[in-house]
Amino acid sequence: MTAVTNPGVESAPYTVEEVCEHFDPVLGLEVHVELNTATKMFCGCANRFGAEPNTNVCPVCLGLPGSLPRLNGTAVESAIKIGLALNCHVRERSGFARKNYFYPDMPKNFQISQYEDPIVFDGYLDVPLDDGSTWRVEIERAHMEEDTGKSLHIGGATGRIHGADHSLLDYNRSGVPLIEIVTKPILGAGVRAPEVARAYVTALRDVLRGLGVSDVRMDQGSMRCDANVSLMPKGSSTFGTRTETKNVNSLRSVERAVRYEMGRHAGVLLSGGSIRQETRHFDEQSGTTSPGRPKETFADYRFFPEPDLPPLEPSRDWVETLRAGLPERPWERRARIQTEWGLSDEELRDLVNADALDLVADTVDAGAPPEAARSWWVSYLAQQANTAGVTLPELAITPAQVARVVALVAEGTLTNKLARQVVDGVLAGEGEPDDVVAGRGLAVVSDESALTTAVDEALAAQPDIAEKIRAGKTKAAGAIVGAVMKATRGQADAARVQELVLERCR
Amino acid sequence: MSDITRDDVAHLARLARLAVSDAELDLFSGQIDAIVDTVSKVGEIPDDVPPTAQVVPQTNVLRPDETEPSLPRDVALAGAPAAEEGRFRVPRILGEEL
Repeated sequence: MTAVTNPGVESAPYTVEEVCEHFDPVLGLEVHVELNTATKMFCGCANRFGAEPNTNVCPVCLGLPGSLPRLNGTAVESAIKIGLALNCHVRERSGFARKNYFYPDMPKNFQISQYEDPIVFDGYLDVPLDDGSTWRVEIERAHMEEDTGKSLHIGGATGRIHGADHSLLDYNRSGVPLIEIVTKPILGAGVRAPEVARAYVTALRDVLRGLGVSDVRMDQGSMRCDANVSLMPKGSSTFGTRTETKNVNSLRSVERAVRYEMGRHAGVLLSGGSIRQETRHFDEQSGTTSPGRPKETFADYRFFPEPDLPPLEPSRDWVETLRAGLPERPWERRARIQTEWGLSDEELRDLVNADALDLVADTVDAGAPPEAARSWWVSYLAQQANTAGVTLPELAITPAQVARVVALVAEGTLTNKLARQVVDGVLAGEGEPDDVVAGRGLAVVSDESALTTAVDEALAAQPDIAEKIRAGKTKAAGAIVGAVMKATRGQADAARVQELVLERCR
Repeated sequence: MSDITRDDVAHLARLARLAVSDAELDLFSGQIDAIVDTVSKVGEIPDDVPPTAQVVPQTNVLRPDETEPSLPRDVALAGAPAAEEGRFRVPRILGEEL
């Protein structure tokens, strides 16, 4: 490591390698996930992103006097599923607590959360790293709470609170179900700490997406990560002072924020300074962090039990039913599918990136061979989605319908060309594939006598070509095949027509 | 006897955005005094009694995840001292962003 040339400057850009010559990093990651339930946590208002301000609000989520919370059963179920997917214990009896603070984004002046008895606790997630190895991240707890409203700060130069003249509040998000997932301290990752942080949040996102409990859109705030970072001198086992970096809004930012904070901490510590325990704000543009508010102590929140919500005692039957219904882990599923279908790494990556893996898998489950299923989704259907400006999952065709089209081709009812027309019909809302075949009259002409008649007519119409074929110039048959295909409006099997032409000229 | 003054009631009323008349200041200061006295009896409970947050023996009271009508926006905003662009308007927030 180079000498500290500028001891007063805290932003000295130490690389993680330099940092780890002197220190062991300790991480703690807190991830907030908004559930995709139909309604909010404690009232029946719609849980919907992007609605007009204050249109999904009621006395409960506005904190009006006399209103009482009523717990959303699906949100509890999602919380338990998340816990089980993270190998957590489900608490036999858990309850809610009021976290008191005065800020206009929470109109009750407290947030309903869980404190001493979170619904799930003590788990782990085995996280795949880039080199194919696995890192076990221990989970401390996951608890249920409600999201806050959104503030809009007016009059400041940057839309931030500093210098603002007044603020405007939209409570549509107030009361949206949130699950906060907290890791135990992540130790021993060394120079890989930034990568482990990103890999953990990525794996968590994939697991949650697989469970179908959240949209997990970091860009829309339905998944948010706070990264706690501290350094301890090599050989020490006493944690250093930590900072908590907020506003980390992408997977890449998780890695960058951890790397930046490691370097910044080392700069401060190696120049004889000390780290202030504080919240920091990540800036996507510069990749740096800046101080937020001093971290509040727990006592400031005056947690106390929520008297308006009875405790939860999930039955063993309920928990075991949910456990039995858990999906395969996304990366294990991908590995299995890759082997079963014989895909290259690149083919698999293309499927994942195009959001096509589930669609192809469902198409295979509906009876189509993997190669045909994959081919439809990554080529013709991908083109149609692209043209329509929608994602593949948004296309108006189901995996079962694609599988039926594949089956119709395999049994000879459709040629590939006709199959594309059937798909077009399904996309245009003309019904199931069989309805489109019937409605558009698209089935292959497989009636041998009809085909034979058509071939004879074509031969009679072009006697000179018929003569050439009889003389052994089989290439000339192409013209007759073309004429037959035209006469049958493309609904004949060209290969069979070719055979018939040669038979009739023998 | 605690000593809730008229000034305390006026302060509380302002925090709660309630209009309270002069006569009500006297009435409420007496009433709140009695309430505070009653609550202070909690302090007489011995330390070895476990805290009680629930008095009704219920568990797992869950609501189906089905939407119910929200308030019309003008109704939701009607109780606010100020509104702007369909949002609740609040004075400048001193201190740091949470």
